Amino acid sequence: MSNTIDHEGNPYVAHHFVDMDQQHESAKLGVWLFLFTEILLFSGLFCAYAVFHSLYPEMFLEANKLLSWKMGAFNTFILITSSMTMALAIREIQLDRKKNCVWLLVLTVILAGGFLVVKYFEYTSKISHGLLPGKFFNPAPEYAELLKDTENPQVFMSIYFFSTGLHGIHVVLGMVWLGWMAIRTANDAFSSKYYAPIEMGGLYWHVVDLIWIFLFPLLYLIG
Amino acid sequence: MSTEKNYLNHPKGLLSWLITVDHKRIAILYTIVVLFFFFVGGVYASLIRLELAFPNTMIDGGTPALGGATVAETEGMYFDDKTYNKIFTMHGIVMVFLVIIPATPAILGNFLLPILLGAKDVAFPRLNLASWYVYMLGAGVALTSLIAGGVDTGWTFYTPFSTLSKSVEVAGIQFSPVIAITLGAFILGFSSIFTGINFIVTIHKMRPPGMTWFKLPLFLWGMYATSLIQVLATPVLGVTLGLLILEKVTGAGIFDPALGGDPILFQHFFWFYSHPAVYIMILPAFAVISEMVAVHSHRNIFGYKLIGFSSVAIALLGSLVWGHHMFVSGQSEWLGAIFSFLTFFIGIPSGIKVFNWLATMYKGEIKLNTSMFYVIAFLINFAIGGLTGIFLGTLVIDINLHDTYFVVAHFHYVMMGSGLFAFFGGMHHWWPKIFGKMYNEIVGILGCLVIFVGFNITFLSQFYLGLQGMPRRYHDYSGFGPEEIFSRFHGFSSVGTLIMAIGFVIIALNWLHSLFAGKKAPSNPWGGLTLEWATTSPPPTHNFHKDPEYIHGPYDYDKILPENIAQKPADKE
Repeated sequence: MSNTIDHEGNPYVAHHFVDMDQQHESAKLGVWLFLFTEILLFSGLFCAYAVFHSLYPEMFLEANKLLSWKMGAFNTFILITSSMTMALAIREIQLDRKKNCVWLLVLTVILAGGFLVVKYFEYTSKISHGLLPGKFFNPAPEYAELLKDTENPQVFMSIYFFSTGLHGIHVVLGMVWLGWMAIRTANDAFSSKYYAPIEMGGLYWHVVDLIWIFLFPLLYLIG
Repeated sequence: MSTEKNYLNHPKGLLSWLITVDHKRIAILYTIVVLFFFFVGGVYASLIRLELAFPNTMIDGGTPALGGATVAETEGMYFDDKTYNKIFTMHGIVMVFLVIIPATPAILGNFLLPILLGAKDVAFPRLNLASWYVYMLGAGVALTSLIAGGVDTGWTFYTPFSTLSKSVEVAGIQFSPVIAITLGAFILGFSSIFTGINFIVTIHKMRPPGMTWFKLPLFLWGMYATSLIQVLATPVLGVTLGLLILEKVTGAGIFDPALGGDPILFQHFFWFYSHPAVYIMILPAFAVISEMVAVHSHRNIFGYKLIGFSSVAIALLGSLVWGHHMFVSGQSEWLGAIFSFLTFFIGIPSGIKVFNWLATMYKGEIKLNTSMFYVIAFLINFAIGGLTGIFLGTLVIDINLHDTYFVVAHFHYVMMGSGLFAFFGGMHHWWPKIFGKMYNEIVGILGCLVIFVGFNITFLSQFYLGLQGMPRRYHDYSGFGPEEIFSRFHGFSSVGTLIMAIGFVIIALNWLHSLFAGKKAPSNPWGGLTLEWATTSPPPTHNFHKDPEYIHGPYDYDKILPENIAQKPADKE
């Protein structure tokens, strides 16, 4: 695509847009629609959660104790903090303070990494106790005792692993995008005139955060 | 070939096509693969009709090459039951996911949407190209299931058919054809979402000054409604197929009752997407017909706002009726009654459209050319398909007709008789614009008539078969029911398919003749007033030599002469 210069002399406007405003508005609407599809993607899992919660309410109450609410709460704190650093990064680029923006983006990525580290400890603990989805569900004796009166606790673990796993994939994708944004900002690709890709990454990151804010109470706090 | 530069001949070379971000070239790329898959799906359809045409007459011994069984099991048929299941499954999957869903939006929509807005391209040209590659990837992944012997679940992948289907060992690797094909459909969903997002943003943000929502050509209203559904429903299909794959890999217990799951949940999830997907297939047809009927009746479209709003109404109502596929699934009868009631509402906007098109034609200057024949064929087929849809949406009637050939006939009238007839009509209508060549009108009309006759013989017979109790998806009907009637009407149906095949050959030959020996098309062969007719045929790479002026509505036939399209009075020499 060849870039042409628009009336304000902005080289970032693609050939098929009239001006920067139109391009920016289009990109923003596109990202909102994309985020909408993301939420709908998770909606299937939330729906499955609702259905099985109503089918096996006692099981959900018991199986919920398999998860560590402390780790979940810590991760919630990490993600909310990373949303804040993300928002600050956008503010800094709007004010043309590129160096601050780069550091805030890096900090966001580090926090996202921290989230995944905690998740790693959670997952390994579940795996070592045999608390796995579906047919791999083979709980260690103390958990088997806890769950002995419940129906189909493996379904809870399936929903837990699928929804947090899908969320984890989104965290990884967010880290890749925001990391790339940090590199491009450091290479002077953005300024207060043009920072749409960072802003879009920010919107995405807030949605990832938002989905976790729903997953956390539904999975960890219903007991 | 003229030396004039246009999007087809400049730049040159295969690579320039494969990395193009030009929406018109992407439309051509889609045309090639979609027509190829239409041929593949048609071959599968012919195999189905071949099997059903001759019960108990052929001693062929099955076809071991297609994964068939021994002679003893298959005596009397072309294909054994398992092979037959795979054939109709592949017919459905290829036609739904690879042909009808992308056909009109990705080909005609891609080509026309920016031009109708007077824009140079869609909002996200690279995303548009990505959607084609994702489509190719999805198609490739889906077709790998054939290596492992094919899928026999039906295109709906219902559990427990899909969860119980076995893996096959191919070259030492355990390979599940069901996982391959659901993964393929999952990937195809992304392609559909990309197109949907692109169209919504383009229509919202790239309209020229003065073109308000109620001055949009109706094609864009139809595309907008289609895109809304693509964006709203496809992610749900994604998560459904994702869960199905996880169910097969981990035995998750979401859909498998033996593990605590609920198989009906799969049906809810699936139809929550796939009922709206039916409207992904039919709304683009409405979009195409609205343009064709106005241009070839040379008359302002009747009830513009009603046609526009009814598309959006169908898109929204269509999301609330999925349960009518599940009247006999064991869902609560109250749900059944509510879904039945909501289904009737869909008839209202659909009826509004049909009457508005008829009213547009009334006292119009109708040109009985190929496009108009397609419009009329569409109106007849859609009336039959739509009204039988009301029958099937009626709870008590559906319980009798569920899973019979009546249902098969109904959805073929809508998906093929309406959806694909409109697509082929649209291809004829915009052919001169896309390729810059005229085709032979007489042969075009002949092709339309032959497929119309063939289509109706094929599927009217199937309504009768269904009423007589012939179940769908049976490879053999000897030994039960009114066998004499089954045999006769399956025979009619298969003859109809043969006629249709001849019709498609006529259309293909006409197109090929046009490409290689057709007369050069003028800019505005039909005298239309929408902006695509204001540029040359075929258009230049950036669509217009000079940015068009948006100064009159798309259907102002009473005010503007076609030769003055998109020109200010002062521009006239």
